[in-house]
Amino acid sequence: MKINRRRFLLGTTVVGGGLLLGYASTRPSKHRIANESAGSEPFLTTWLRISEDNTVTVIVPHSEMGQGVHTSLPMMAADELDADWNLVKVEQAPATDLFANGVLVKGFAESLGVSFPRFLDGLATSATMKVAEIMNMQITGGSSSVRFTGELGMRAAGAAAREMLVKAAAARLDVPETELSTRLNYVHHDASGRSLSYGELASDAARFEPSSEPKLKDEKDFTLMGKSIARVDIPAKVDGTAAYGIDAEAPGMLYAAVKTAPVFGSKLQSVNADAALSRRGVVKVVELENAVAVVADNYWRAKQALAALDVQFEASENDQVNSQSIYAQYDTALEGELNEDIAEGDAANALENAETVVEATYRVPYLAHAAMEPMNCTVHFHDGKCDVWTGTQDNLGIRGRVATVAEMDENDVTLHGFYLGGGFGRRLPTDVNTIDQATLIAKHFDVPVKTLWSREDDMQQDYYRPAVTSKFRAGFDANNQLVAWQNHYIGKNEPAEAAHTPYSIANKDIAYADSETHIPFGAWRSVAHSQHTFFLESFVDELAHRSGQNPYQFRLNMLGDKPRHAAVLRAAAQKAGWGRNLAPGHAQGIALQESFGSIVAQVAEVSINNDGSVKVHRVSCAIDCGRTINPDAAASQVESGVIFGLTAALYGEITIENGRVQQTNFTDYEMIRLHDSPEIDIVSVDSGEALGGLGEPATPPIGAAVANAVYILTGQRVRELPLKNYRFTAAPVETAV
Amino acid sequence: MARFRVNGVERELDIEPDMPLLWALRDELGLKGTKFGCGIAACGACTVQVNGNPVRSCVTPVSAIEGTDIKTIEGLAVDVGGSKQLTAVQQAWIDHQVPQCGYCQSGMLMAVSALLEANPNPNDAEIDGAITNVCRCGTYPRIRRAIKSLSTTA
Ligand code: FES
Ligand code: FES
Repeated sequence: MKINRRRFLLGTTVVGGGLLLGYASTRPSKHRIANESAGSEPFLTTWLRISEDNTVTVIVPHSEMGQGVHTSLPMMAADELDADWNLVKVEQAPATDLFANGVLVKGFAESLGVSFPRFLDGLATSATMKVAEIMNMQITGGSSSVRFTGELGMRAAGAAAREMLVKAAAARLDVPETELSTRLNYVHHDASGRSLSYGELASDAARFEPSSEPKLKDEKDFTLMGKSIARVDIPAKVDGTAAYGIDAEAPGMLYAAVKTAPVFGSKLQSVNADAALSRRGVVKVVELENAVAVVADNYWRAKQALAALDVQFEASENDQVNSQSIYAQYDTALEGELNEDIAEGDAANALENAETVVEATYRVPYLAHAAMEPMNCTVHFHDGKCDVWTGTQDNLGIRGRVATVAEMDENDVTLHGFYLGGGFGRRLPTDVNTIDQATLIAKHFDVPVKTLWSREDDMQQDYYRPAVTSKFRAGFDANNQLVAWQNHYIGKNEPAEAAHTPYSIANKDIAYADSETHIPFGAWRSVAHSQHTFFLESFVDELAHRSGQNPYQFRLNMLGDKPRHAAVLRAAAQKAGWGRNLAPGHAQGIALQESFGSIVAQVAEVSINNDGSVKVHRVSCAIDCGRTINPDAAASQVESGVIFGLTAALYGEITIENGRVQQTNFTDYEMIRLHDSPEIDIVSVDSGEALGGLGEPATPPIGAAVANAVYILTGQRVRELPLKNYRFTAAPVETAV
Repeated sequence: MARFRVNGVERELDIEPDMPLLWALRDELGLKGTKFGCGIAACGACTVQVNGNPVRSCVTPVSAIEGTDIKTIEGLAVDVGGSKQLTAVQQAWIDHQVPQCGYCQSGMLMAVSALLEANPNPNDAEIDGAITNVCRCGTYPRIRRAIKSLSTTA
């Protein structure tokens, strides 16, 4: 075995033949080789395995939640390897330290210019988790898998393995390496017509040192990257065999239904369990600090018995909090001392001397994730060990969390990963209330216990996308030029640049106030961009209209130093036919944002229904994510992102009353369905720049694009979402051309 | 005692008559392909076919389906000489790369299969009226495309 300690590249022979190659970039001391046996073939957890039967196995350290990462990452390794895609198999990495997501952490750190990702701050500050654990994760989030694991890890592993196979072939055939070429799992010596399969060469190849600087392909030589490849996870998702955490099965398993204190932070006061315990199938009632659980032999029985319990929770100081009091608290905070975000030029002075000043206050409510698969986790304590079955965006992080809560050594905890029935940020290790409950409940048993939340639990015990208020003042000079931009908002979250507008404006004052509430918050698809893009791109639109300029041209004029943004904006406008004659009663709105390294512009075509609600007919979306690895899978991510953002814009609203969440289920937290899903046209503007994310960047702009169209149809500026709370009347506005 | 057929197999369960079919399928019969999403007939994740009609199993007590034929996602593909052959609807789901997280898709497939069985050429309004299932991943554009591809060739 050889370990290159500088580059953390590792190549070795598999017992029984074959080559294993891993590539990582965290400190080598964090890594040890996990010697797990998979059947008769001892198996080292790493990224690439070439077996003697000429198959290639790519081991993916990220969870599949529908974003196609179990396909796109193997494509990147296989392309560099010149592998035959038909001979490539995909496995998800087990939750062991070797897969600690150093590459991701490093990628984040570099892009943010900080030592570790701020969006994980929750972990660092939570009392039960140590900062050190941050470096010990398998995160699937931040639209990062392909960008970081793929670009820094998979491609290098594939390229290094290819070089080793060529070396092995050169030795075997006694020819110079330069006379050899690789295609579809074979090394060819064209001059002599001889060829050897990767399988035949794998064991020999393992004897060579993996290059610390493997040569990556030029884009023109890609054979897989850039092609639409069918996703490997899809067949199991059409015949009912795909297994999610909720489907975990273990012999003797019991089911827990839980009632948690409705006011966050409140505690359990008393339980009268008599009525529940006498019911069929009920095994035990378990009291937790802020919840009570009924454990039975069937989930429905547990849930029925839970409803029969007499439960009291303690009164809490938060019982009086409601959405209005939170907004009032925000307003007060914005009057107080602010923290600087961006200060360029002299905005105060520019506003003072401006010819025209435009002011507006925007806000958006809390939002729930509402992943389709309700939260769940199955835990089994036995023989001093613990098995955990759950779908998570971070297998290692959750393993660590269970160990912490159970006060066990992490190495005694085994995490069995599953497909995720939606992630969207809800299944990150910052959002662990279900995991904690499941662990504490299972501690009372020596059989596996599946804790399953109802939809109501999920909606009322989430880590919400925070409600935010954002105040703007902007000034135009005598020449109708935008010269001052002031934006004061609540709460700076990840990504740090979410409130930064791309437009060149000479004087900027962007600042924020912190204003804590008792409502738990977490990462929600596109994180802080989901609020700020609505604010920024709506207010910019207001400014265009106020200064008598076409909203598209107004933006374009301020993008002189941002050619990529300008190109994306133009591409969206062109795709939508911006300014063309539309059907009567229709209008278009436009919005632009860069997030997670990708730039997205959207044009929404909108009309007002007879009942005054909003109908979105078509969304034209241009995206520059640098380069697209799997175009069809990328398109589905963009479609998904648009619909996710549009659901929030039209319907999304979590309100607080008496300290608790009022919404309960899909009846009062509505979702877009087939009938109100718009047509979506996508244009890729591949600039060839560094890879950007795909899972999130299509979500932020859509709210503003739709609201900007609503303004043209009605003359009413929407400064608060969701749109379901309005009854509009058509009153078209003249727009500049 | 509840009696019904599931995917052609006779089943007899000693369960409460008011237990919803969803939990009988999942927790008593171990058929996990049918999913729980909301429990109140608001999302369609739990859709199965009862005598060919789409039904939300989370609100259907087993007493209401006594003696019926239940088809779940596991019973959609047809057995051809010992191997499972996907239905045209399932194949269209692959061809159009419909599923993302996939969690809603069992219910979607059961609802769409029932629709196309009853109406092989649905127009947009008929599709919208029949398929009211929630897909949080927003696979709707592909669902519509896949349905259309089936109805034009039907
Ligand atoms: S789970 Fe039955 S309709 Fe949602
Ligand atoms: S594919 Fe995820 S909910 Fe539909």
